[in-house]
Amino acid sequence: MTIDHILAGLYVFSLAAFLGYQIISKVPQLLHTPLMAFTNAISGISLVASLLIAGRKSDSLLIPVLGAIAVASATINVVGGFVITDRMLKMFKKKEAQK
Amino acid sequence: MIALLASLAEQHVVGGTDGRVVVYRVSLFVASLLFLVGLRMLTNPETARRGMQMAVLGMVLGVLGTLVHRDIINYWWIIGGLVVGTVIGVPMGLLIPMTKMPERIALSHAGGGLAVALVGVAEYLAGHPQHDKFAMGSVTFEIIMGAITFTGSLMAFGKLAEILPGKPMTFPGQNAVNFVLLAGSLVALIALVVQPQLTWLFYGLVALSLFLGISLVLPIGGADMPVVICLLNSYAGLAASASGFALDNNVLIICGALDGGSGFILALIMSKAMNRSFANVVFGAFGSDAAAAAGGGGKGGNVREGTVEDAAELLKISQSVIIVPGYGMAVAQAQHATRDLAGALAANGTNVRYAIHPVAGRMPGHMNVLLAEANVPYDQLFELDAINDEFERTDVSIVVGANDVVNPAAKTSPGSPIFGMPILNVDKSKAVIVLKRSMKPGFAGIENELFVLPQTMMVFGDAKATLGKITAAMKGGGH
Repeated sequence: MTIDHILAGLYVFSLAAFLGYQIISKVPQLLHTPLMAFTNAISGISLVASLLIAGRKSDSLLIPVLGAIAVASATINVVGGFVITDRMLKMFKKKEAQK
Repeated sequence: MIALLASLAEQHVVGGTDGRVVVYRVSLFVASLLFLVGLRMLTNPETARRGMQMAVLGMVLGVLGTLVHRDIINYWWIIGGLVVGTVIGVPMGLLIPMTKMPERIALSHAGGGLAVALVGVAEYLAGHPQHDKFAMGSVTFEIIMGAITFTGSLMAFGKLAEILPGKPMTFPGQNAVNFVLLAGSLVALIALVVQPQLTWLFYGLVALSLFLGISLVLPIGGADMPVVICLLNSYAGLAASASGFALDNNVLIICGALDGGSGFILALIMSKAMNRSFANVVFGAFGSDAAAAAGGGGKGGNVREGTVEDAAELLKISQSVIIVPGYGMAVAQAQHATRDLAGALAANGTNVRYAIHPVAGRMPGHMNVLLAEANVPYDQLFELDAINDEFERTDVSIVVGANDVVNPAAKTSPGSPIFGMPILNVDKSKAVIVLKRSMKPGFAGIENELFVLPQTMMVFGDAKATLGKITAAMKGGGH
């Protein structure tokens, strides 16, 4: 990996961390639990790395098996995380709901 | 959009680059943007749901874009993983009760940590990072953080679900041992960067990291789990970022940074709300010392016990009421009963508000979600700073299963372990009704002076049942 690659990665990391800090500081306490469920779901994007490992050509059986377990765990987070975030966000209402 | 991507891809094939790599790269780029926009929309309850849909779209795009990658030649393991994950994930998402949200978040951090750690191990087995010192360092860091997150979150889950004792589990010299283990794992990381072929060291490090997750979380008490969950969230994010560095994948770096940043900020907010430092939470074994301190300094005093009828009479004549929920409300699943009482009060012309302390419950925003589930409109929920001056103008404060966050000792006794922690000024209101199971001290193990104040009335029993009876007594009219 060249120094350019490493620096480009550090640029992306620093800018994302800065932007994330700015945005997340604005999330009200009210939405902190949905925020955790949400960031949990999007960090399930590690799924894309797991997909490559599970589907890549490999001489050993162990690697795709590890990949498949990683795909399953990441999928649980992505699917479950979004379902739960949605369930929570649906509940937040401003006015007294009609009964 | 897809058509545009395809045509772009087409051109590049002609130009010599594999078009499918372009589709893969571009879709991950668009996914990153969608995640950022989605997160931005999550800052407002009005737009939050649409923000989440943006992120879902980003996720679908990222996965589809990856599936066309030319390196993928075998889809069976992928399909198997996706099916198993969906079959477990969807019911878990749909069925888990809102009161169990801290447990579910802890479990999902475990899953995230596991996935990232496995990706790192598989990369190492495939022999990819060994050729490059930077990649090797990233992969090793990723595995350490992923493994700590995995076992640490399982411990946090065990404590929250009360499978493990909530009390801190400590032994003498524990912090020293943990410190040596942490230092050891860093040394192993450096050694592996220099000598990547040391397989025994690699597996030793994996085992060590798994053990570290356990030994770092076990000494931390149940009441400190909000901070621990946030920190683990942050670790999971850092692990994902590290894997992005190793794989040269920007979307992983970005999502990891967002996840890591969010966990870090929430952990900061939580520690600040308890007036403690990270180091104190992580290494302080809070709870055990506190209980010992309380034993000597107990002030005693007379507790005034009231019946549900007494409480109902008092509430009938009050103009303004503030409800202060705590973890006890979650345990008793009393959020609906709380809302019913608030409804009866409002019908009686009383102004009802809720005061939410940042560390009430077992995770950030825990109380807000429970009250939202019970249909409480969120404009009745107030944060600490917004409502703390209102207590002195309030007739009755109703404390539902909260303890340490309303303990005046935080302001008055410098010897108290919670001294300096910002609390809700419930003691300033004209009268206080405390709903509590028994006189047992809270999770911090400290006696609460609020309970012996002259204006305080204690109503003992299960919060849900008690609230129901008070509501019935209020609706039942006078004598």
